[in-house]
Amino acid sequence: MIQAFAFYLFAALVIASGALTVLARNPVHSVLWLIVAFFNGAGLMVLVGAEFIAMLLVIVYVGAVAVLFLFVVMMLDIDFAELRAGFIRNFPLGIAIAAVLLAELVLGIGAYRAGAIGLGTPMGDAAPLLGESNIENIGALLYGRYLFLFECAGLILLVAMIGAIVLTHRERKSPRAQQNIARQIARNPNEATVNARPEVGRGIEL
Amino acid sequence: MIDYETSLRLIAPEILLAVSGLVLLLVAAWGGDRAARAVSIAAAVALGTAFFLVMPSVDGGLSGPDRIAFAGLFRADAFAGFAKLMIFAASIAALMVAPSFLERTGSMRAEYPILVLFSALGMAIMVSAGDLMTLYIGLELQSLSAYVLAAFLRTDGRSAEAGLKYFVLGALASGILLFGMSLTYGFAGTTSLAGIRVSMVDGLSTGAMFGLVFVLAGLAFKISAVPFHMWTPDVYEGAPTPVTAFFASAPKVAAVALTARVAIEAFGSQADAWRQIVVFAALASIIVGALGAIGQTNIKRLLAYSSINNVGFILIGLACATASGTSAMLVYLAIYVPMTLAGFVAVLMLRDANGDPAERVTDLSGLSRIRPALAWCLMIVMFSLAGIPPMFGFWGKFVVFRAAVEADLLVLAALGVATSVIGAFYYIKIVKVMFFDEPAPGTAAVTGAGTGTNTGAIAMRDGRAHWALLVIGTLLVSPFGFLATGWLGNLADRAAASLFLVA
Repeated sequence: MIQAFAFYLFAALVIASGALTVLARNPVHSVLWLIVAFFNGAGLMVLVGAEFIAMLLVIVYVGAVAVLFLFVVMMLDIDFAELRAGFIRNFPLGIAIAAVLLAELVLGIGAYRAGAIGLGTPMGDAAPLLGESNIENIGALLYGRYLFLFECAGLILLVAMIGAIVLTHRERKSPRAQQNIARQIARNPNEATVNARPEVGRGIEL
Repeated sequence: MIDYETSLRLIAPEILLAVSGLVLLLVAAWGGDRAARAVSIAAAVALGTAFFLVMPSVDGGLSGPDRIAFAGLFRADAFAGFAKLMIFAASIAALMVAPSFLERTGSMRAEYPILVLFSALGMAIMVSAGDLMTLYIGLELQSLSAYVLAAFLRTDGRSAEAGLKYFVLGALASGILLFGMSLTYGFAGTTSLAGIRVSMVDGLSTGAMFGLVFVLAGLAFKISAVPFHMWTPDVYEGAPTPVTAFFASAPKVAAVALTARVAIEAFGSQADAWRQIVVFAALASIIVGALGAIGQTNIKRLLAYSSINNVGFILIGLACATASGTSAMLVYLAIYVPMTLAGFVAVLMLRDANGDPAERVTDLSGLSRIRPALAWCLMIVMFSLAGIPPMFGFWGKFVVFRAAVEADLLVLAALGVATSVIGAFYYIKIVKVMFFDEPAPGTAAVTGAGTGTNTGAIAMRDGRAHWALLVIGTLLVSPFGFLATGWLGNLADRAAASLFLVA
């Protein structure tokens, strides 16, 4: 009972905040609605017993991705009115694609229900450990059986980082003066200030 | 449980590449671009060491359960080893020719060799994949490095365009491949290639068929086989020439070997299902590659179409779905790599009066009088690419067609022979331009690689590296190559047999 109630609460909120993400006039509000959608999605994941994915949703999507979106929205000068005009122009196409996807879903699920699609039986070589939470299960697989792939995925991220730096980083060699923080902090007030007693009408030489 | 000691021993070449990549990255970070040359040399040494580490597995034709690491994720068998030897050798070549080219525009940076190193590592993982996940991770490691390498000349708009185009289309292909892999996983119940094979022994369900088609479509993009070849000429033209030489050799070997492994190991029991796809891609590649090249005025674009054309012949070997067909495919690859590398090195050595790279076909006119040695080398390479008998390129085509005939694919073999004649036209046209055209007034000063803005010493050394590569490549594809047919055929046979061991 309470589960069904929680499900409908989270589900309704996900859909509502998803719709508001698209419809909100202010882009910052859109991102905030997106965060609400992520939180409720995490609630749904807890309900189905995937607490690890729930945590990932909160930590990665809310903590990192949504904040990144917010940065992009606030720091880049994007003309949202123009974007919205594009949205309306492409609306028929979007509807058509959505209809095709819906038809595919209906066909696929219909065929599956009718028994026309026989899915493969899992080999069971990644079967869950009995009596452990799914966090421990994922950890055991990720750092045990799939250790090799995990490390290789790390290398991919490293290459992505190298690539981003290689393609965008430029050595600045401008003649403009640059702030040297160490020198600035190490400055000695006795050397920086001079007391002088200029004679009247003579001025001072610096 | 996984026996980590055995597993780590089997991936020793990959560990070596990964660790040296990380160490060199630190060297590059502190040494800056002044260290670029030293890092290049160190990366080449690492690749060379990995080459020798892989050699015993190829020489011994090793395969079977004791060459499987990480519970089936990784296979260090002779087939993977054969491909790795070509990949590492081609990567070393890409490192050797790059510095002089990139230094001219001041864009030689220490990250270049590191990206090549990681790309080679990705390719080594790819060809050793025993699981769809390993396959994808290796492929992405290779592709991601390749996208950056294509855009490496930041000041050149064409290079940036090539990088962006490659990235967007590559991402699309990865999406198609992943979609196919997820379908395959759903209908087979496992991602391991051996498991997929077992699940498909008694027939192919419609869903699995879709998976197979999407996987092959994604891989066809990576090998630039015809319906998915559109990116190749643009990327090859825009990328810096040493990078293009790299793209045309090592990643192509890796992607072809990967396609063969997926087709034979995972979908091997359903060879009739994928053979029609491969046959179509093969013939279409040969024809489009040959016809598309005729109108090209840029040598790099022309060589791009030539690589599409060659992929068609390689796929004929795969279409046989037999051990002899796969062996023929490997022999073809082993001949194709020095052939294409020598072609690109020759293009790299063409400089106009200012020392700028010359890339138009008309720049070649009268080359035989200005630089006879280069012209003769290029002539041997072109005749070899065309498959004209005394050259070794003929042998590659011959073994592929022989395997096709043995596998009762007579029509395919006949069409392949007939269409290879179209390709011969533009290869011979280049030879004609070099030997019988008058040097055009504007390009009369096609000069040596040693001139230009480089200081004398550096130019001398790089000139020597270029000449060494060109001469080695030319000798390999010249009639002397026939001395190696027995040895090469033996190695390829054993490598191919290791792929069919599970069958």
